[in-house]
Amino acid sequence: MNGDHSPAHGPRRAVAEVAGQPPGDVASYYGRPVLKTPVWEWKVAAYLFTGGLAAGTAVIAAGADLTGAARLRRACWLGSLGALLASLVLLVADLGRPERFHHMLRVAKPTSPMSVGTWILSAFGPGVGAAAIWEMVPVRWRSSWPARLLRAVSRGLGLASAATAPGVATYTAALLSHTAVPGWQEVRAELPFVFAGSAAASGGGFGMLAAPVLEAAPARRFAALGATGELVASRLMEQRMGLIREVYHQGAAGRRRRGAELLTLAGLAGTVLVAGRSRAGAAASGLALLGGSALQRFGVFEAGVASTKDPRYTVVPQRERLDAAARDRSAVTG
Amino acid sequence: MGSNMAEAHPVGFQWVMEAKLRGARVVHVDPRFTRTSALAHQYVRIRAGTDIAFLGGVVNHVLSNDLDFREYVAAYTNAAFLVNEQFADTEDLDGLFSGYDPATGDYDTTTWDYEGASQRETGPMETGMGGPRIAGVAEIAQDPSLEHSRCVFQILKRHFSRYTPEMVERVCGVPPDQFRQVCEAWTSNSGRERTAALIYSVGWTQHTVGAQNIRAGAIVQLLLGNVGRPGGGIYALRGHANIQGSTDIPTLFDLLPGYLPMPRAGQADLTAYLDRVRARTQKGYWEEADAYFVSLLKEYFGDAATSDNDFGFGWLPRINGDHGTYRTTMDMIDGRVFGYVVMGQNPAVGSANGRLQRLALANLDWLVVRDLAMIETASFWKDSPEIETGEIAPEQCRTEVFFFPAASHVEKAGTFTQTQRMVQWRQKGAEPIGDQRSDLWFFHQLCRRIRDRVADSTDPRDVSLQRLAWDYRTEGSGDDAEPDPEDVLRRINGIDLATGRTVDTFTDLRADGSTACGCWQYSGIYKDEVNQAARRKPHVEQGPYDPEWGWTWPANRRLLYNRASADLGGRPWSERKRLVWWDPDRGRWTGNDVPDFPVSTPPGYVPPEGARGPEALRGDDPFIMQADGKAWLFAPAGVIDGPLPTHYEPHESPVRNPLYGQQSNPTRRVYPRPENPYDPSPPEPNTDVFPFVLTAARLTEHHTAGGMSRLLPYLSELQPELFVEVSPQLARLRGLTHLGWAHVVTSRAAVEARVYVTDRMAPLRLDGRVIHQVWLPYHWGPTGLVTGDVVNDLLGIVTDPNVLIQESKVATCDVLPGRRPRGAELTALLARLRSRAGITPITGTQLVTTGTEPPEEGP
Amino acid sequence: MTERNLLFGPEDDVSRDSGYDEHPPRVGFFTDTSVCIGCKACEVACKEWNHVPEDGLDLLGMSMDNTGMLGANSWRHVAFVEQRRPAGQEGGWSLPDEMTAQVEPRLRAAPRGGSELGTTPLPSPGSGAVQDLGMPTFSRPGDGTGAEARTDFRWLMESDVCKHCTHAGCLDVCPTGALFRTEFGTVVVQQDICNGCGYCVSGCPYGVIDRRPGDGRANKCTLCYDRLHDGLEPACAKACPTQSIQFGELDELRERADRRLAELHGQGVAEAELYGRDPDDGVGGHGALFLLLDKPEVYGLPPDPVVPTRFAPEIWRRVGTAAAAFAVAGIGAFVSAAFGNRR
Repeated sequence: MNGDHSPAHGPRRAVAEVAGQPPGDVASYYGRPVLKTPVWEWKVAAYLFTGGLAAGTAVIAAGADLTGAARLRRACWLGSLGALLASLVLLVADLGRPERFHHMLRVAKPTSPMSVGTWILSAFGPGVGAAAIWEMVPVRWRSSWPARLLRAVSRGLGLASAATAPGVATYTAALLSHTAVPGWQEVRAELPFVFAGSAAASGGGFGMLAAPVLEAAPARRFAALGATGELVASRLMEQRMGLIREVYHQGAAGRRRRGAELLTLAGLAGTVLVAGRSRAGAAASGLALLGGSALQRFGVFEAGVASTKDPRYTVVPQRERLDAAARDRSAVTG
Repeated sequence: MGSNMAEAHPVGFQWVMEAKLRGARVVHVDPRFTRTSALAHQYVRIRAGTDIAFLGGVVNHVLSNDLDFREYVAAYTNAAFLVNEQFADTEDLDGLFSGYDPATGDYDTTTWDYEGASQRETGPMETGMGGPRIAGVAEIAQDPSLEHSRCVFQILKRHFSRYTPEMVERVCGVPPDQFRQVCEAWTSNSGRERTAALIYSVGWTQHTVGAQNIRAGAIVQLLLGNVGRPGGGIYALRGHANIQGSTDIPTLFDLLPGYLPMPRAGQADLTAYLDRVRARTQKGYWEEADAYFVSLLKEYFGDAATSDNDFGFGWLPRINGDHGTYRTTMDMIDGRVFGYVVMGQNPAVGSANGRLQRLALANLDWLVVRDLAMIETASFWKDSPEIETGEIAPEQCRTEVFFFPAASHVEKAGTFTQTQRMVQWRQKGAEPIGDQRSDLWFFHQLCRRIRDRVADSTDPRDVSLQRLAWDYRTEGSGDDAEPDPEDVLRRINGIDLATGRTVDTFTDLRADGSTACGCWQYSGIYKDEVNQAARRKPHVEQGPYDPEWGWTWPANRRLLYNRASADLGGRPWSERKRLVWWDPDRGRWTGNDVPDFPVSTPPGYVPPEGARGPEALRGDDPFIMQADGKAWLFAPAGVIDGPLPTHYEPHESPVRNPLYGQQSNPTRRVYPRPENPYDPSPPEPNTDVFPFVLTAARLTEHHTAGGMSRLLPYLSELQPELFVEVSPQLARLRGLTHLGWAHVVTSRAAVEARVYVTDRMAPLRLDGRVIHQVWLPYHWGPTGLVTGDVVNDLLGIVTDPNVLIQESKVATCDVLPGRRPRGAELTALLARLRSRAGITPITGTQLVTTGTEPPEEGP
Repeated sequence: MTERNLLFGPEDDVSRDSGYDEHPPRVGFFTDTSVCIGCKACEVACKEWNHVPEDGLDLLGMSMDNTGMLGANSWRHVAFVEQRRPAGQEGGWSLPDEMTAQVEPRLRAAPRGGSELGTTPLPSPGSGAVQDLGMPTFSRPGDGTGAEARTDFRWLMESDVCKHCTHAGCLDVCPTGALFRTEFGTVVVQQDICNGCGYCVSGCPYGVIDRRPGDGRANKCTLCYDRLHDGLEPACAKACPTQSIQFGELDELRERADRRLAELHGQGVAEAELYGRDPDDGVGGHGALFLLLDKPEVYGLPPDPVVPTRFAPEIWRRVGTAAAAFAVAGIGAFVSAAFGNRR
């Protein structure tokens, strides 16, 4: 920014002391945002959670299947299907033209994370469905040949689904970061890890909530790994933020993120300390992790939305980038 | 000056922008920083209503520094003519010219005569386009050296000698450095090699000194040699698309087509009328007004018009005074007018003193409104603000309103005449919907029905209707019949009755009844039986003046008085600025435009004694419509309020005239009535009750009184609400906040609006005082997609004496925070304000204020 | 020959890279704000031609601007920037506080922070809400009425429009293929395909495209695709009286823009700059160039926008790593469980 630019307009709130930020205010058009606020509503934020949950539970279900933990397997396949169905409802409901949801399947477009996600979900969904349907077959029919055939098919499909679950758990980070929204774009390096951790924590948490303590050890471990990963990645993300740290700290987004951290921490502690011993402790820890995961998703979502409502978050980093480039150029030319 | 061209004439402003791209310097002088100012090189803020002081300052700058184009001035203007010994200037009489009669509020102009010639007639509307007749032009005394103390040049010099940059600052609030910059830009871009154009609009005309504002501009342009030359001129930007056309073939009470004056009561016969119109001994083409007038009568009455019956002169109606729109409105209130036909106008919103307009409408027997949409003038009985105050009761209002839906300009063929006098034909783009009908249909059917009614009448007043040759070619029959607009245009062009063919030009018209012509100055528009206005030859296929695009009156001439683009010897003043010139080999005038001069009269021609009309023009008389062939720096007659423009304060002003004891135009027309109170101005007391200057104008996004924009979402959304622009300083003074509410009050009304606090308005510092100005757009009314108070309610009716235009560009006011009171509380507020200001019916109507007190000196 | 840069960077033949082997030259706008008179004819002509609905009868107080922003229902938007500075100073133009102080809180209080402008009106202010903010209490040098208090003032106007980027964020992220690159190199939404997912709204770094309420589909300038097919120029350019909006072949427009910039710089208008002219910028250059008289952010434009695809490789790498970590965690949870069980 050239030195003669006047500071005397624009938003009057204090800018947090962020390294490299110019003091004072930024030129704007009567304070009007530069970007359009996302038209996505809470449904998309909720989907971030349910999608992660579907992926996390699918992984546990598949693991349980392979290791013979039947009750964990059953709970998690059903949980995964429930989360998946909720996801689909949420996604379709958020469309401007829900009856045209199938237009998503017209093309496969690598530059669109939403298209990539559509196809990942398409690969993920049938297996989860098949596996969950088997789980719903009454025990007395399970020995019949169609049931056995179903079991064979659904097991394979379920395991295949679990293989795509990491994609389901993490592509949503790309979905958000691959936008012009400063609050999402600028956290592109860390957000996949936050979301991966959050998905694992929620999946594990669900397993702890729904399966007996004895069978739930892998769920606890998965949850603990996920929660730890989420907490670390989230802290790291915050440390690296520039001006947008404000939107992650302030308002609803800030409250939800603080709640997410507390619940996840509590859930993690519970998982490590009591969940292996007490069914009630496991359930409480699982609920805390689920809650923490959900709050994390809403927090990130809303921080991004908030970052589009104030032109500073768009203009300041871009102007700094330009000025730095100009400085470099003038340094080169002497 | 007096124009916000970019906003009010954006399409025309493209040419200003193009000129700017080519290097022209653009200066904008206006009370308000507008979109025009934003694009100008220099913007100068001026106090509303002080243009003559500014222009007088420019004249003084030019004359004191010998910057005039002397050769041009000496030869082509009346600078050398001597004026009557009896003449006394405003400098001598404290702001009055000689001949003022306080009893009538008018001048006897005898003392303004040229020495050796006489004019006698007063009033531009008595003599029409040619200006006042002058008898004995050959005998006018002259001093070609311009030294004689009574020559026009010296009178002009003395008249403006006190209009110094310092005086300009005291009057206009323009700092002297800014003023000098304008003077330098104007003078350095004028002369032999360069020309400067002056653009004005209704910001100049809508004043009690409206005609004199334009006179002042004309004087500057003449002194600098900027008239009749390419790139020069004075551009009158009109208020609507076809206002030029509606004055050429007028909707004015005192003019007939072609600026022929309306006959007056007492003019017994044709000769008496023509003798008032022109003198048989005068120069130029107006001397032939008899041919124009008789041809018009032949067009009106056809075979019934013969030399035996004065061509039907006796059947024309007569006027006996002011029958203008404001007089007529007041006559409605007084019960003297019972019916009213309103077309293409929305006086309930668009005319000054809206309340008076609506009270007048409410006192009629019948009212006909033809418009594109249901406008307030038709619906006043149910949505006027007066219903809230109890002054109009819908259930008691007896006016019977007939609303006729009208076809829009794209739903009918016809012409537009723009400010350059170019007439352009437009085709019908779509059929009108439902009951919408064209104006031609309406008048044809109206005429048909009325004529049926009076067919057997023996009442003498019906004779003109019975004899009217209403025989246009029509399309359709019976109730659908509608005149063919091209046939109407052909009849306007004029017909040689012997051959039945169209005439080529107005010089073909005869006073013996052998030609018929609806408007002489449009003769040639249907030359060779071809609609010349419909020509659309692209710019790339023709010369720089595009003579084959449309048609320009007169005679398809693009620049009036273009003889002045050449020097006395007939050579262009400069090659750069050449337009027409004398070709000695062919013995005729030639050039890039149709020469505005008798084509074979050589530059050095001196007419023989006794010559008259066009033959009497000397080779150096470029102003061929003037009785003396010269441009008038000094107007010996024809302008009611003085031979020279003089700075008078607006009728309502917070400032005492620093130049003269005479505060305001002593001949302005005031209308003291209870519905039309005036705010006090110095030297009257209590001017602090309405301390601010009020001015109003248009926005690009709306159309005048809103009938064509407030009902359209795409326009309404661009300017959805009435607002008042104030400076940050005034906002602090009155406690106003941007986007908050305020109400503007005058002695007539209170109008509420959202506040715009903007640097586009700024206070002026003059004579040791700070003067605040406020501005409102006036497009809103009680109906439409977007509604708002009627800004014109704030204005009183006071008019220019020459053309009876209202002073709607300046008044005084106060601005109060918050919304206005309603109903009875509103009435009480206004009564309180009037009482605080001591307003009586006499306030503002004392025309002469000379000798009341010396002008205040600044501290 | 064309260097294919599908994600970012210069691209000489954007239509060919979109699959048109034979195609007309790329077209666009050059909007020269130095001759814009703020008449808004472009806004009206656009709406008339394209049947774009009214976007609210809302007095915004942003100078003469009552549209506010581009959006689903405003495909052209004329910005009006009032600026003052102490008399005689170089640079240092700033918006008047009197306006911003009243306008900005209302924007910020709106559900979408004011970015709904151009699509929907702001919520109407409660009666008196604006008034209650009181009169401005601050004062600056120059607020006095004396001659020393004179300030310079200028009024900038700019007709904004979709940039028709070389790398269009909206087009890249569209999951249905509703947004496509035309043979003219422009970017258009196919209304029969769009299902209103809203991704384009956040994919655009300029805040141009938006979803139309009640309709649900995304809408933005089509550069009058239908008119182009008939050999006509877009409605806005046709209506512009001062040639502030110029339509033409992009290569020619770039030259014109360069010439005009040089001309203005020659006249001492040092702050004039071209916006969207540089093929090396974050979106590979615009199809709609602008000549601005101040920094882009003054007009509400992003100063250095970048198409999201520029980050795509990095994002997917990170996502891949995170996914792998997720998978490893999952496997780890069970592998250790298996060991644990065995233990």
